[in-house]
Amino acid sequence: MKFGILQFPGSCDEVDALDAARRVGDAELIWHAERDLKGCDAIVVPGGFSYGDYLRAGAIARFSRVMESVIAFASEGGLVLGICNGFQVLCEARLLPGALLPNANLRFTFRQVDLEVLQADTSFTCACALGERLSIPAKHSWGRYYADERTLSDMDAAGQIVLAYAAGENFNGSLRDIAGVRNEAGNVFGLMPHPEHAVSELLGGSTGGLKIFQSMRMAVEGVHA
Amino acid sequence: MRARVLIRPKAGILDPQGVAVERALPALGFAGAANVHVGRLVELDVEDPTQLEPMCERLLANPLVEDYEVQLLDGSS
Repeated sequence: MKFGILQFPGSCDEVDALDAARRVGDAELIWHAERDLKGCDAIVVPGGFSYGDYLRAGAIARFSRVMESVIAFASEGGLVLGICNGFQVLCEARLLPGALLPNANLRFTFRQVDLEVLQADTSFTCACALGERLSIPAKHSWGRYYADERTLSDMDAAGQIVLAYAAGENFNGSLRDIAGVRNEAGNVFGLMPHPEHAVSELLGGSTGGLKIFQSMRMAVEGVHA
Repeated sequence: MRARVLIRPKAGILDPQGVAVERALPALGFAGAANVHVGRLVELDVEDPTQLEPMCERLLANPLVEDYEVQLLDGSS
């Protein structure tokens, strides 16, 4: 099982994502100007400020060369995880529904948040129990999840709302407390908090984030049907 | 041809920048300002103005959350 971690100019969490992925499998970085996904079984679009977040967060990265390959990979069913800026890139690329808007408090906010697992039968949460709480840090200024009401209802009915901020934890004003969503097919997932920063008790105070990477490994290896 | 694109948050979507500005104005003694919204302005020279709308749809704006308005400017460069 090999993870490919994208690296854009302005990415800043790709090394932690690489470390997190290597705790459950092989992993290597893929530079944004590459087209070759190097035979990876899953792709991680990491956090940071790709292309300086010019125009809108993720708006430029979405047209990068590597993203053309990622979009093709996703359309063939390949697993794609977007974290923070990566989530924004996947929304801009329309691989995920909705958009991320400036936090309601207009501030860059960095805090540990509790997330509730609303769907435990996905390729990204199958190592979690339904209703389990994951303690994961979040750090962003554009994390307010938005989609129109009809889209939200459809997503809810289809089980696409995978992670929610637990009661009292929704600091950015996301609609329906949404922290992480999947696409209809279930092979693309994005979340604003950073699972790659919560893989070691010593450094993150929690290993809740590791379960996202473990889930992906289980999905790729067919442990999760 | 010189063109100007105005990009605004869609009506009904919380615009915290607009709210912050609206709250700041009375503190400076400007009373009576309401419904403040903050958007973006893109100005550009284009050879083919029919490309402006697809540019907006694909890159300049995010049509899910933003409205855009294209203006063609007279006296173009």
